[in-house]
Amino acid sequence: MADTDRKVHLKILRQDTPASRPYWDEFEVDYSAGMNVISCLMAIQRNPVNRKGERVRPVVWECNCLEEVCGACSMVINGTPRQACSCLVDKVTQPIELRPLSKFPVLRDLMVDRQAMFDAFKKVKAWVEIDGTHDLGPGPQMPQHEQEKLYPLTRCMVCGCCMEACPQYDSLRKPFIGPATLNQAHRFNVDRTGKMTKEERLRAVMEKGGIQDCGNAQNCVRVCPKEIPITDSIAELGRETTKLLLKDIFG
Amino acid sequence: MAKPNFIVVGGGLAGLMTTIKIAEAGYSVDLISLMPVRRSHSVCAQGGINGAVNIRGENDSPDIHFFDTVKGGDFLADQPLAKGMCYAAPGIIYLLDRMGVAFNRTPEGNLDFRRFGGTLYHRTAFAGATTGQQMLYALDEQVRRFEAAGLVRKFEHHDFLAPVLDERRTCRGIVALDLWEMKVVTFRGDAVVMATGGPGGIYRQSTNSVLNTGSAAAAAYMAGARYANPEFIQVHPTAIPGEDKLRLMSESARGEGGRVWVPRNKGDNRPPREIPEEDRWYFLEEKYPRFKNLVPRDIASREIYDVCVNKGLGVGGGLMVYLDLTHIPAETLDRKLGGILEIYEKFRGDDPRKEPMRIFPAVHYSMGGLWVGYDADDQGMPIVGSPANQATNIRGLYAAGEVDHQYHGANRLGANSLLSCIYGGMLAGPAVISYSTDLDELASELPSTLFEQEERRWTERFEQIGRMDGTENAYEIHYELGRWMVENVTIVRDNAKLRETENKILELRERWHRLNVLDTQMWANQAVAFANQLWNMLELARLITVAAEARNESRGAHYKPEFPERDDENWLKTTIAEYSPDGPKLSYEPVDTSLIRPVARKYD
Repeated sequence: MADTDRKVHLKILRQDTPASRPYWDEFEVDYSAGMNVISCLMAIQRNPVNRKGERVRPVVWECNCLEEVCGACSMVINGTPRQACSCLVDKVTQPIELRPLSKFPVLRDLMVDRQAMFDAFKKVKAWVEIDGTHDLGPGPQMPQHEQEKLYPLTRCMVCGCCMEACPQYDSLRKPFIGPATLNQAHRFNVDRTGKMTKEERLRAVMEKGGIQDCGNAQNCVRVCPKEIPITDSIAELGRETTKLLLKDIFG
Repeated sequence: MAKPNFIVVGGGLAGLMTTIKIAEAGYSVDLISLMPVRRSHSVCAQGGINGAVNIRGENDSPDIHFFDTVKGGDFLADQPLAKGMCYAAPGIIYLLDRMGVAFNRTPEGNLDFRRFGGTLYHRTAFAGATTGQQMLYALDEQVRRFEAAGLVRKFEHHDFLAPVLDERRTCRGIVALDLWEMKVVTFRGDAVVMATGGPGGIYRQSTNSVLNTGSAAAAAYMAGARYANPEFIQVHPTAIPGEDKLRLMSESARGEGGRVWVPRNKGDNRPPREIPEEDRWYFLEEKYPRFKNLVPRDIASREIYDVCVNKGLGVGGGLMVYLDLTHIPAETLDRKLGGILEIYEKFRGDDPRKEPMRIFPAVHYSMGGLWVGYDADDQGMPIVGSPANQATNIRGLYAAGEVDHQYHGANRLGANSLLSCIYGGMLAGPAVISYSTDLDELASELPSTLFEQEERRWTERFEQIGRMDGTENAYEIHYELGRWMVENVTIVRDNAKLRETENKILELRERWHRLNVLDTQMWANQAVAFANQLWNMLELARLITVAAEARNESRGAHYKPEFPERDDENWLKTTIAEYSPDGPKLSYEPVDTSLIRPVARKYD
């Protein structure tokens, strides 16, 4: 139910183009029970007037599933990188401050370009080398307890929250491939078929900008909306790369 | 000699599977998507994917799966395609397993299967309750492999505007809008596969994602592609209430033993856990002793509507019932349904392991879509590799996934959509390759005039939108459209109200011409792109409404109290719509029922 007496106050860091200067804009929208940050932004689209009463351009942001599985609507909300869809207005303090992720190029307002993450996935060959899509019968059997270990690692939606929180990651300035990419490499290294090409992935994460750039701050695991044990993945990758290094030296 | 190049529009399961099939054969693909493909709506699929692997020794078989699918669809599905899909299903599940999908397992380490609606067999493979996400990622990763190999080029911030048709009305490519540069661009392709998903966004609040506007399908329809069975829109019985979206509560909750109930007495406002067994009405179990809570979705939604609206027994007096999991051990719930319980908890704040969930019906899926054909052998099995498969009536234009029309008839069974998306892609890929071998000229060899002309036409269109300085707000019109559609074109349909709705849509079209563009900056301007999409949504909404009005019977998801029975004599036929500026032109085609003769559809 719309409750016109109650308002939600938002403070949004806006930017018109990738090269232009960011500026703050404030809005007030009608409160309704259970609303999230996305419904506030949608209300601004329907009535793009800011707190000063000026007609402004509707705020630009990315979203899709609105149930925290697509990873699109990441932004920094009151200082924390998270999904705007699962951010309920009742659970955060106002004014609600929205900023774009800072580790990726800003396209406009809250929309950023996270292509660097997908490119990094290519670098570590984050896939299973199947022989083809023709019918080759069932895949290898797997005990349920192994599925339970694998499953949490597979849920990365490339939202970029861990990258934003990581003090070492900055797609604009540094070569580090970042926690999400390391988790993805590990996820395929523990896959029953993926592990057959484990060494290629390990070599990729041993290159410049790879695992040695992780500073072990552990911020990544704290902000991951899917609660992926990213630091465990990184630790395991670390052990595996050390083993490979020793093998290289001592044969 | 130059090799053909293909265009796939849409990066959900169907689009990615099509892309993989083409790239695997050594051909190049331009993959066009509104957003990075890993964010496509397929991620929202929860419960699983059907395939008669018969893991429990229940004597399940592809033929029984086929029968359940056709009966579930109230006999409106194209039977050879449904048959081909059900026979291919076990192989598709094995393929996904080989790609690394983390499916749940049996004690022996085999794939585990659970129950779903409209069948009595354990036939649904699942990865927790995020099966769609897992499957989309597996395909996304395989496509990335082909991208790294140089066979796939992605254009992931492009909006499909129209197919480019030559003077013989053969599709030679597409026109798209670059959503960052705000420039109209053309792509040359020797065949185009539309894998653009469903139109749930036409409805105010649905289980669909924001990008599911149906705009691309409408654009193809407006360019001359036939659209089939638009009136069949599935309303899922169990969604979570929400302001911006009605998040899905998967059918797998009932597949794992979840029970639907309401208080027996009107106005019983006690908290659900304080209502004793004898005061609870498990109405689905009572009415359908065989299928119980797992009747098909159209039936469950209608029963919930009847109990809440006609009998006034809804929770809190509204259209709402309890979905109860509290009798199932929390450990089992976490292992098999974790993902969806998480969603309920995050967005509602209650723990469904302890409190019965409050749920209600929401628009979910379109059975209808772009008309496509097929080629079958004398056993009624589709011939893989025939250029007729998944082909629209426009030469060179194909469709696969929710945007096509033929697998699910009048109502889709749960966990058949992931299957039909993948199977459609498996047919579409080989189909476009064989189609291209007969072309006398490749799109890359055509003079540029055809493409330049389309580019100019669409550039003018967007310049025009960019100058709109009226008083109407596109998002507000969308909001109104959605409310009317939910109110009048969902579970229960009435001809007078459908007519009113069509008039309302015409009024909204008038108002569209008085839009204010809101944003004139020609960089990453979402308002301009949305204004164009909104026009397409209005066209599609009109089509759905008009086709619903025309069909005077009740079948699957289409229910009219004025005509409460299925009428095979007059209506066992596919609706075919063709675009005209004065409104859709409807005609009908017979359904192939050569493999399974229609019988009464009973689940009690």
